Amino acid sequence: MASTAVNEQLDDHIEDHAHEHHDNFITKYIFSTDHKTIAKQYLITGIFWAIIGGGMSLVFRLQLGFPEAQLEWLRPFLGKWITTSGKLDPEFYLALVTMHGTIMVFFVLTAGLSGTFSNYLIPLQIGARDMASGFMNMLSYWFFFVSSVVMFISLFIETGPASGGWVIYPPLSALPQAMSGSGLGMTLWLVSMALFIVSTLLGGINYITTIINLRTKGMSFAKLPLTIWAFFLTAVIGLLSFPVLLGAALLLIFDRSFGTSFYLSDIYIAGEALPNMGGSPILFQHLFWFLGHPEVYIVLLPALGITSEIIATNSRKPIFGYKAMIISMLGITVLSFVVWAHHMFVSGMNPFLGSIFMLLTLIIAVPSAVKVFNYLTTLWKGNIVFTPAMLFSIGLVSFFISGGLTGLFVGNSAIDIQLHDTYFIVAHFHLVMGSAAFFGMLAGIYHWFPKMFGRMMDSKLGYIHFWISFVGIYMVFFPMHYIGIAGFPRRYYSFTNFDAFSTFVDLNSFVSVAAILTFGAQFIFLFNFFYSIFRGKKAPANPWRSNTLEWTTPRNPGHGNWPGEIPSVHRWPYDYSKPGAKEDYIPQHIPLSETPESNLQHETRFVKEEKVSAKT
Amino acid sequence: MVHQNIHIDEPKPTLSMHPKKFALWLFIVSIVMLFAALTSAYIVKQSDGNWLSFELPGVFAVNTVIIALSSLTMHVAYLAAKKDNLERIKWMLVVTVILGLTFLAGQYISWSELVRNNVYFVSNYASGSFIYVFTGLHGLHLVSGIIFLLITFASSVKMRIHSKNLVQIEMCMTYWHFLGGLWLYLYLFLLFYL
Repeated sequence: MASTAVNEQLDDHIEDHAHEHHDNFITKYIFSTDHKTIAKQYLITGIFWAIIGGGMSLVFRLQLGFPEAQLEWLRPFLGKWITTSGKLDPEFYLALVTMHGTIMVFFVLTAGLSGTFSNYLIPLQIGARDMASGFMNMLSYWFFFVSSVVMFISLFIETGPASGGWVIYPPLSALPQAMSGSGLGMTLWLVSMALFIVSTLLGGINYITTIINLRTKGMSFAKLPLTIWAFFLTAVIGLLSFPVLLGAALLLIFDRSFGTSFYLSDIYIAGEALPNMGGSPILFQHLFWFLGHPEVYIVLLPALGITSEIIATNSRKPIFGYKAMIISMLGITVLSFVVWAHHMFVSGMNPFLGSIFMLLTLIIAVPSAVKVFNYLTTLWKGNIVFTPAMLFSIGLVSFFISGGLTGLFVGNSAIDIQLHDTYFIVAHFHLVMGSAAFFGMLAGIYHWFPKMFGRMMDSKLGYIHFWISFVGIYMVFFPMHYIGIAGFPRRYYSFTNFDAFSTFVDLNSFVSVAAILTFGAQFIFLFNFFYSIFRGKKAPANPWRSNTLEWTTPRNPGHGNWPGEIPSVHRWPYDYSKPGAKEDYIPQHIPLSETPESNLQHETRFVKEEKVSAKT
Repeated sequence: MVHQNIHIDEPKPTLSMHPKKFALWLFIVSIVMLFAALTSAYIVKQSDGNWLSFELPGVFAVNTVIIALSSLTMHVAYLAAKKDNLERIKWMLVVTVILGLTFLAGQYISWSELVRNNVYFVSNYASGSFIYVFTGLHGLHLVSGIIFLLITFASSVKMRIHSKNLVQIEMCMTYWHFLGGLWLYLYLFLLFYL
């Protein structure tokens, strides 16, 4: 009862607002507290960062694929980072790989993915007027924005941005003498990431609170769409792991700027000993990967949730194993916190500890395989509708399988000795986490674009975009497995210095050409996206004939999402192709009593009980 | 409630708490994780060796009593709010703020005591540096708690806290008790692990 009172209070509150609301440009589009606008702000910022992060990868791919090439023509963009002989500066190469990683992992696939879809879909799919705290939500975006600005500025400073890898291991990252990127660039990186953590925590607290407390009537946990389950668990992981990164970063800041020795010990630079003694760089690795590994799932789980929704809708079939999906996501969430040291098998860690972490790591294969199995069985014998969103979701499943299989290799502490920090790892995580999550994000954009902007994206351009991206990504990352098995380490500036790897010159050129192609295909998407916002075909109310609540809102939902009462929920979100039903989908807000022709036995009993209770 | 019977089958309302209180608990969880990370780092670091053992500042014990007392006065303020004893809410909040500030002053004194014993923040012994990080970060959170207390005090002056409107003082109490508990944890941790 107390809960209804709270909900009613909130409803009243929002209705009061609706009367006195006079949005001007600034409150509507810039300092907005509406979850839909904030989601779009996250999306646009994420797209901006994706272009920068992707562009960076092209520059270092040029260096790797065509080590002899003249890069003089890049001077207008990179200035003094092109050396006088027309080559890419080796220090800047390191900065590029570092910033590519940081931007893609945190700014695109965490903020751009979770920020967009958690914000957009949580209130719409659970039937809430807005997030629990619109103000906190706005703060979350603006912290992210400021963090972005700081990181962006760091790209243009004299000494270059942070260059020690996105994992910023000390002592490399702790000592400005070690490399030029560890100076001001690293400081800005740390400031930016601290702001980013604040943003993520504000967002995550809001997501969890909203999902638990603001669900509409009837929306029990067993009727939640899998998207919401995924966003929920993602936020839980973020809430538990990001503070640990903050702790790690804080100690690093003290080591860098105050002279403490948490991570530093026995270091000689140019023959001279530093005063720091007694620190432990492995301590940093433990703290970092305690965030770093869950972060992988922060990136991946929302994409998997989006995929569940899109595959079920477009197979016109209930998702196979709804409960198994939830249990496997819970399993992944728990396991993600106890496997971090598999990133540190060769760090000098106790090998016995390594075998425990290996066992726990390989257990993750079980819930992951359950999810893959459920996607495939949902597709099996479905009336599949190949929308672009559906293609990208199937593409995700493909990447998840082929990248997941190599996870079995690298999770093995003995095999990891050979594969650690080689291109095999690069191939593994780019497929299973990078590309899969990226496809999840694209699938989400194609699927929910009609709700976001009230217009349709062009599906022909979507198909072209999909096929070039899908084939292109395999052409980029598949060959890297071979280069990796041969032992070539990641983050190296040049292949050609080593005879052993000169046979891979052609393969590397091939990868680079494929990367350029794949990146180029994204401009088809960008054109489609921005053109359709203004000129796209007007979207019908429920273009994909989907069951979830967001499609019961008006074409362009206003503040508060539903003009009248919020619909109640009477069934789970996957009543597709129910035998006997008139249509091949029954939205969640349709009561069982209106669909006697398709109700199952136990559902008929519910209807009777409901009628009895209505009479009394 | 009457209009609900219009529907033939009325779905059940979902379980829920007050959203703001819930968000506060989640915020507390994130602080717990921060200190869990730092204290685990401490244990890991300790097992590496190069460890300096020293006496904890005596002020810590006094401070533990002070912060426990402040939790008590906070609770009395809350009970007063439940009984609509508006004067006592104000007084007890003021006493809590004063005790909080005394605690902070005590922590500062503990730092000078550490320095007198040659335990420095910048040193090659992480045990010393960690004590400054723990107390400093806890102090920072305590400052935020005092700000929350002052905001609550301001609403009590405006007569906005009474038995029908307890959310703010309840949240303030939760946070303040948590900060006290956090200190107790850090103190016991240091007693056992130094």
